[in-house]
Amino acid sequence: MTMNRETLINSILAIALVAVPLIAMGMDEPFIITLATKVAIFAMAGVGLNLVLGFGGLVSFGHAAFFGIGGYAAGILASHALNYEPIMESPFLIEGTTQMIVIWIVALVVSALVALAIGAITLRTSGVYFIMITLAFAQMIYYFAISWPAYGGEDGLSIYVRNGFPGLNTLDPISFFALCAVMLGIVMLFSAVLIRSRFGLALQGARQNAQRMTAVGIAPFRIRLVAFVISAMITALAGALYADLNRFVSPTMLSWHMSGEIMIFVILGGVGRLFGPLAGAALYIILEHLLGGVWEFWQLPLGVLLLIVVLFARGGSVGVLAGERKHA
Amino acid sequence: MPDAILSLSNITKQFGSLLASDDVTLDLRPGEIHALIGPNGAGKSTLIKQIAGEIQSDSGNIHFDGQLINEFDAVARSRMGLARTFQVSSLMPEFSVLQNVMLARQSVSGKVFRFFRPVLGDKSLVEPAMAQLERVGLADRAQMRAADISHGERRQLEMAVALALEPKAFLLDEPMAGMGPEGSKRLTGFLDGLRAQAPILLVEHDMDAVFALADRISVLVYGRIIATGTVDEIRGNEDVKRAYLGEEA
Repeated sequence: MTMNRETLINSILAIALVAVPLIAMGMDEPFIITLATKVAIFAMAGVGLNLVLGFGGLVSFGHAAFFGIGGYAAGILASHALNYEPIMESPFLIEGTTQMIVIWIVALVVSALVALAIGAITLRTSGVYFIMITLAFAQMIYYFAISWPAYGGEDGLSIYVRNGFPGLNTLDPISFFALCAVMLGIVMLFSAVLIRSRFGLALQGARQNAQRMTAVGIAPFRIRLVAFVISAMITALAGALYADLNRFVSPTMLSWHMSGEIMIFVILGGVGRLFGPLAGAALYIILEHLLGGVWEFWQLPLGVLLLIVVLFARGGSVGVLAGERKHA
Repeated sequence: MPDAILSLSNITKQFGSLLASDDVTLDLRPGEIHALIGPNGAGKSTLIKQIAGEIQSDSGNIHFDGQLINEFDAVARSRMGLARTFQVSSLMPEFSVLQNVMLARQSVSGKVFRFFRPVLGDKSLVEPAMAQLERVGLADRAQMRAADISHGERRQLEMAVALALEPKAFLLDEPMAGMGPEGSKRLTGFLDGLRAQAPILLVEHDMDAVFALADRISVLVYGRIIATGTVDEIRGNEDVKRAYLGEEA
C-alpha cells in the first residue's frame, strides 16, 4: 500500500501549505505568510527541475538561468512601465507592463527559447559534462546580467510596486500567496499529467536505458530537449513570481548558488516524486528560519542532512515516509 | 536468388589493430532464418551492431528493404523495420513488463509527443502490447517490474518488445542465452513459426537450436565469413570443423 501512503503524505503537505498561512493570517503574522509564499515559489522552481532531474535523469546545474530569466522578465517589464519608457520604439513600439499575465507569457517564451538553445548543445553530452556545461551557460548569463548597467548590473533592479493580477490585490500577502499556491497547483497537476502521458513514458524510458530507446526507434535527444524546455519554462514562471515576492531582482537569482538551491529542494524532497520539491522547499525554508535565526552556520546541518539523504534515502524525505516506489 | 530484404556487401570494421569485420558479405531473404555462428570474439555482436546502426562500418554497403542505409542511424533503421534483441537483456528496469512493450508500440504508432492523455488508459497501446505478451507467454507478468522478473522472462520480454515493433526483419543476438533447456526448446518452437512473419538473422551459440532452425548458416571466424550454406553443407565443411565445431561435430 505504499502508493496510498505517498498520497496521504502528499495530501498533508498540500493541506499544510494552505493551512499555515491561513493560521498566520489569523494571528496577524504576515512574515510567515511570506515564508509560505517563498515555499510555494521554490517548490514550483523545483517542480520544473524535477521534470528533467527526477524523471529525465538529467542533472541540470544551470536552472538558475531560467529562474533568473523569469525574474528579469518581471523586473525589466515593470521598470519600463513604471518609468514610462518603452522597451523599443522602432521598428515597432514595445512598452513595459505591470500585468503579471503578460510578464509570465514573456518569461515563458524567453526561457523556452534560451532553453532550446542551451539544451540543443548541452544534451549532446551526458554525465559530468552535462552538469558542467549547463553550469557554464548559466554562469554566462549571470555575468552578462552583472555587466549590463541598463538594468542595475550588480545592484539589481527594484520593482517599486508589485505587479498586478486582474481582480486581485497582489500587495495583500495572503492574496499573493493564494496566487502562488494556485500556480503551484496548476504546475504540479500539469507535471503529474505529463509524466503519465506517452511523452512522460518516453522521458522516463530515456532515463533508464537510452540504448533500448534507440532500438525501439525513439531518439532520446528530442524527448530530452522538449522536457528541458518545458522544465525551464516552469522554473522561469517561478522566477517571475519570486521577483514579485521580493519586489526586487538581482544577478543572485542567476548565480550557481541558486541552481544548487533548486537542486537541494528536489533532492531533499525526493527525486522523481511529484510532491518532492514541495517537501524539499518547505524543509529548506523551515531549517533556514528555525536554525538560521539562532545559528549563522545553519547550512552546516543542512549539508549533513543532504548527505544523509543522498547516502541513505534516495527517495528523499517523501521517499523515507512513503516507502519504496513501485513502478513508474 | 530471391530479393534479399537485408544485404551486406564487403562490410569492414577495424578497432585499432583488430579487424572485427573483414569484408563481410551476407544476406537475409524473405521467410528464412539465417544463423550466424562462430567462436567467441569472432565479431558476431559487432556485426549486429553495424547492421542495427549502433556503430558505423569503415567500408561496405548495407541495403535494407530496397534502400541503402549506410547513413541511417539506429533510430531510423529501427523505424524502417529492423528490430534487434540484445545479448544481455536491455530493458527499462523500473517500468512494468507491459510498459516496456507499450513503449515499442508508441514508437510504431509514430505519436510520441503527446502530453496529456494517460498512457496506461490508451487502448491503442495497451491492447497490442498485451497481445505480444500473450504470444511470448508473459501476459501474467504484465504488471510486474521488469527488474523483478526472472532472467528467462526478461529474455521473453526482449522478444515481445521486438515483436511489438512489427519489423520487416529480426536481428536476434543470442536469444537463448541463459534460458535453460526447457526455455530454449520453447523458444526454438516459437522462432520456427516466426520466420513466416519476418526473416530472422540469428546469432546463437546453442547448436541444437541453430541446426533445428536455420535455413542457412554463415560461419564467422576472426571477422571473416569462412562458409555459408545449408545445415548439411556446414556440417560437412572441413574448414568449419577445424575452426569451430571441433572433431565431434
